[in-house]
Amino acid sequence: MVSRLEIRLKRDLFDADGATVKRKAKEYFDFDVKDLRVIRILTIDTDLTPDQCAFVRKNIFTNPVTEESSFESLADYFDWLIWVGFRPGVRDTAGSTAVEAIEDFLGLKFKPDEAVYTSKLYEITGSLTYEQVNRIAGDLLANDLIQEWKIFSRDDWQPEKGIGFIIPKVILAHDPQVRAIAIGSNEELQQISLDRNLALQERDIPVIRQYFLRKEILSERENVGLNLPTDVELEYISQARSDHCNHNTFRGMFKYHDLGTGEKTTVDNLFKECIEAPTLKLKKEKDWVISVLWDNAGVGRFDDDFSYVVTAETHNSPSNMEAYGGSITGIVGIYRDPMGTGKGARLVLGMYGYCTGPRDYDGRLKPHMHPRRLLDGVIEGVRDGGNKSGIPTPFGSVIFDESYLGKCLLFVTALGIMPSLIDDKPSHKKTTSPGDLIIMSGGRVGKDGIHGVTAASETYTENTPAGHVQIGDPYTQKKMHDFLLEVRDEGLITFITDNGGGGLSSSIGESALLSNGCRVDMDKIPLKYEGLDQWEIWISESQERMTIAVKPEHLKRFMELSAKHAVESSVIGEYNDSGYLELKYKQKTCAFIRMDFLESDFPQWEFEAEWVAPHLRGLTEPVMSEPQDHAGLLIDMLARPNICARNWITRQYDHEVQGGSVIKPLIGKRRDVPSDAIVVRPILESEQGIAVSQTLNPVYSKIDTYHMTAITIDEAIRKVIAVGGDLDHLGGLDNFCWPTVEYHPTKNPDGKYKAAQLVRANWALKEYCLAFGVPLLSGKDSMYIDGNLEGPYGERHKVSGLPTLMFTLCSVIKDINKCITMDVKIPGDLVYILGETKNELGGSEYYQMQNNSIGLNVPKVDVDTCLPQYQALQKAIASGMIASCHAVSRGGLAVNLATVSMAGELGITINLANVPASSKLTISQLLYSESCGRFIITVAPEHKETFEGCFQGMSLGLVGKVVSTNFIIFNKDETMILKQNLFNLKQAWKEPFGDLI
Amino acid sequence: MKHIKALVLTGYGLNCDREIDFSLKLAGAESHRVHINDLIISNDFNAAVSLRDYQILVFGGGFSWADDHGAGVLMAAKLKHHLGPQIEEFIASGKLILAICNGFQCLVNLGLVPAFEDDKHKRRIALTYNDSGNFIDAWVRLAINPASPCIFTRGINYMELPVRHGEGKVYGSLDDIKQLNDNNQIVMQYVDENGERANGIWPQNPNGSLLDIAGICDSTGRIFGMMPHPEAFNHYTNHPDWTRIKEEKSRAGKKTFSREGDGIKIFRNAVDYIKNRVGG
Repeated sequence: MVSRLEIRLKRDLFDADGATVKRKAKEYFDFDVKDLRVIRILTIDTDLTPDQCAFVRKNIFTNPVTEESSFESLADYFDWLIWVGFRPGVRDTAGSTAVEAIEDFLGLKFKPDEAVYTSKLYEITGSLTYEQVNRIAGDLLANDLIQEWKIFSRDDWQPEKGIGFIIPKVILAHDPQVRAIAIGSNEELQQISLDRNLALQERDIPVIRQYFLRKEILSERENVGLNLPTDVELEYISQARSDHCNHNTFRGMFKYHDLGTGEKTTVDNLFKECIEAPTLKLKKEKDWVISVLWDNAGVGRFDDDFSYVVTAETHNSPSNMEAYGGSITGIVGIYRDPMGTGKGARLVLGMYGYCTGPRDYDGRLKPHMHPRRLLDGVIEGVRDGGNKSGIPTPFGSVIFDESYLGKCLLFVTALGIMPSLIDDKPSHKKTTSPGDLIIMSGGRVGKDGIHGVTAASETYTENTPAGHVQIGDPYTQKKMHDFLLEVRDEGLITFITDNGGGGLSSSIGESALLSNGCRVDMDKIPLKYEGLDQWEIWISESQERMTIAVKPEHLKRFMELSAKHAVESSVIGEYNDSGYLELKYKQKTCAFIRMDFLESDFPQWEFEAEWVAPHLRGLTEPVMSEPQDHAGLLIDMLARPNICARNWITRQYDHEVQGGSVIKPLIGKRRDVPSDAIVVRPILESEQGIAVSQTLNPVYSKIDTYHMTAITIDEAIRKVIAVGGDLDHLGGLDNFCWPTVEYHPTKNPDGKYKAAQLVRANWALKEYCLAFGVPLLSGKDSMYIDGNLEGPYGERHKVSGLPTLMFTLCSVIKDINKCITMDVKIPGDLVYILGETKNELGGSEYYQMQNNSIGLNVPKVDVDTCLPQYQALQKAIASGMIASCHAVSRGGLAVNLATVSMAGELGITINLANVPASSKLTISQLLYSESCGRFIITVAPEHKETFEGCFQGMSLGLVGKVVSTNFIIFNKDETMILKQNLFNLKQAWKEPFGDLI
Repeated sequence: MKHIKALVLTGYGLNCDREIDFSLKLAGAESHRVHINDLIISNDFNAAVSLRDYQILVFGGGFSWADDHGAGVLMAAKLKHHLGPQIEEFIASGKLILAICNGFQCLVNLGLVPAFEDDKHKRRIALTYNDSGNFIDAWVRLAINPASPCIFTRGINYMELPVRHGEGKVYGSLDDIKQLNDNNQIVMQYVDENGERANGIWPQNPNGSLLDIAGICDSTGRIFGMMPHPEAFNHYTNHPDWTRIKEEKSRAGKKTFSREGDGIKIFRNAVDYIKNRVGG
């Protein structure tokens, strides 16, 4: 019999959860909710006696101090009730931990189809209409992709009946079936691909058909009882050939044509030419680069005993559809990459990047989810995913731009650490060998995420299947993480990789290449519920799973430890050297494909790329005279959405867990100003650290993606140097998010231009990584950041995100005691600017604020000048003579000087006369140009001569002094340009998102 | 002299165990990280480790069983169900329990604090949702009650530590809170920059805790639960102001200072207590 347990906080206790919903209802919709309180519901779908019910209610699920509970309906004081529960098949972690607790306490076992389902009932008071309540339900509390809701008015409510007994059980009533697919003609297969949402590439279809029609293939298939390709096989091929898994765009052939100069160039393969080649060259020069370009993450040396592991990902499409589910799945998912790198790493930090439409967007287009709700959702998803994993989330960035209304961007980055030797063998090496058992550990397989990879490779439309929305489960994964470290250290792992995009098809398909074959017994794969077809089991992207190769002699110990950690592990097959990937279901073969088939000659993708230089596109500098009110201008600049404080996000993330925090995300006297970079001490016994910075500058793409890329790399480098990073150890990660580059005359008429933007960004990546000596330890490309949004008249508008590169840098710091921060420290200290300011306001925040101009003079990075300055700065920091250091970035000198002053809560007096500048610049150019290569440095007066001596012949200017109160800038002629007290500055900077918690 | 052995619980979503282990070692203990299931005898497992071999037990932070049914709730149920007598024996033999964050949440749900004399081991205090409705990571200032019997805070008047929680508001009936106060079982309270009680004001008091309570002990002072994380202040560079403090000290001519973080004092007090007890 089903029982329904309802639990709520006692009436006299403040309901913080309810208050948050109430606040959002006001903020999102301007609805006045009088009171809102939450009732938690557990619907227990198993037979319990009344005594057992009473026992679990009292001893497990009710806190006698704060809560009351009942198996009767509790709701009693409301005008409206909203019930929200999960749809069938959506991950309900609280439901499964409830099962775990009931089983443990009562010593019983739930049957396979029994469960506990959690849901919530909101008691609302206030004079609201049904429509308003429905809006709160649908646009605030629930997302109809994963949840359903019911609304009860006071009059409708029947207390004796309550919400009833809602059991969202998955019942498929379907016998698993393998289907043969007809491949009579290319057209037929193309049509089947469309019908089944296979997303086979048109150009791949002839290659696939040829393979299955080959005589020797036919005869060897006949031996195992197969003829035409099965749906399992075609789904497998489709996954493996998707852009997400295979990086077809980056490996494509780009025919680049500069329409201005007439110059034509062909780039055969962007990945090989611009990422692989420079990284391999740098790997030879830098012995700290241990493993790159093949595993789930790159590996660098931390010290003689440890290596660090780092990787980055995006999770755009799922987050765009279900913000919380998408982002928690994104952060929890990226954590599996280091766990599956080499023999497995321990996670030490995670980072995030969000690009969304403006939080207060009020325009004519209707995005799938309003940016405000979307941003709240992704913030909360990363919060729960990171915090519950016990991994600090110390760094992140947020960019608001209307171009991201089409599809939001969600970047996640993970860094782990592993011993350099495991069992006396290098930890970064691993392989599969014939006879190794294939083990799947962690979660079970359901319909989750089916066709997720192919959906990520498509533009978002209203018809995109919602089946790929998932909710990551950090709890299950944390148990698995602890388990994997223990089996790793006992030497029980010979190979490990995660199940991400493509699921088992990708993890086993790729790992079996090493042994040259495998057999998988599909019926041994544990399922969440019965009724999945074989192809679904094979490509399902159900989360929290790893694929591990274990020697038969280690199986017993492996399984013992698995049981101890309460992690499910199953032997699902064996690696062999047969040359075939063979999938069996109850002894019957359902897929039989040559291991080398996916390596065969699939046609390379080809792109036309047409570049038009910015001046030929009509970009010019805006015609504008000098502002008169510089004090007011600075205040408005500080309140810009992409400059102002977003501390409410940072504070929700645990950035101290693991006890190694050295430079925190928020620093300064009141710990409220973002740091240039963060530093952690991953091995507590050691005083070495890792500095990490991350940068995003998509607006410059409007002028030239080449310079956007260069600026983004340069800024990341300056930010790690500013905290004490090491120029000899800069490990980079490139994370591209790009709009569709495939030309289509009506659907993507500017595709050729976007392709040229991609080529130019990659050229800059190659050039600047080589010049600065930055090997790319890992990276990711996510194409198709476009969306079709409904307009005011029912039409749809294509909105393409700005070409975006997130660049991440890691640097190993030999002695964390020498790290420094950007806040000015002591009155009387001298303020210096290192690096030249130029007439480079193109793409700046200043131009954007002034009539949304873009301009033409985009900042350019001059490595020959900058690098020696950075080297000199690194030496000066190491010598301990620098009190504070900050890399000048978005907003230029005025904004960045104000930032260091606000951080130290001390004033600064500046005279523009000594600002190193290339030529005669106007005041607004000096204050707001975003030229690269610059730092603001403060130094004790006693170190003046030694400090200046470090920068002989370089662009260093002594521009002012730290003082106790005001922020003042003087012109060259000693006239005052602006004066503000710190309180005003900080208030303006904090005001835009100041009331968010 | 005999080693002082400390046991740090792990598993089921707990974290912080590595830095607690590190802190205990800095304080001079022989520390082991032990999975909850290694202590439990059941059909599936033989208990690999016995609590009897240890003198200090630490319940660390984390999200045990994902905390979906109230922080520390399912962990307390599991411990009570499987390890109740062992923990009773551990306490009865005068040993020490330190519970931090999620561990503290578990400790109040086990009723091991406040453990008033008249009603031992009843849940009298709750750690409930922060008034802000959200998780917060912030460094807080803590005044320590010199009259409290707490072993772990001996000789400490004031301390700064990070809090990181969504459910850290100490709540109880007015009578119970008064009794805690009267018994000097309130060990730590949130204070402002001037050392004055935070009076519930955010963010000095990060969660709305009654009487600004950050940590409480039982009447013996041997069982102590706290929301802030002493293990996260194991090195002076953990402190948010360390670059500023270092610069100021260096201007004042001080070039050397201790690299150990203040949080280690809590662990050292525990080790010293056992050492003195054992040494007689």
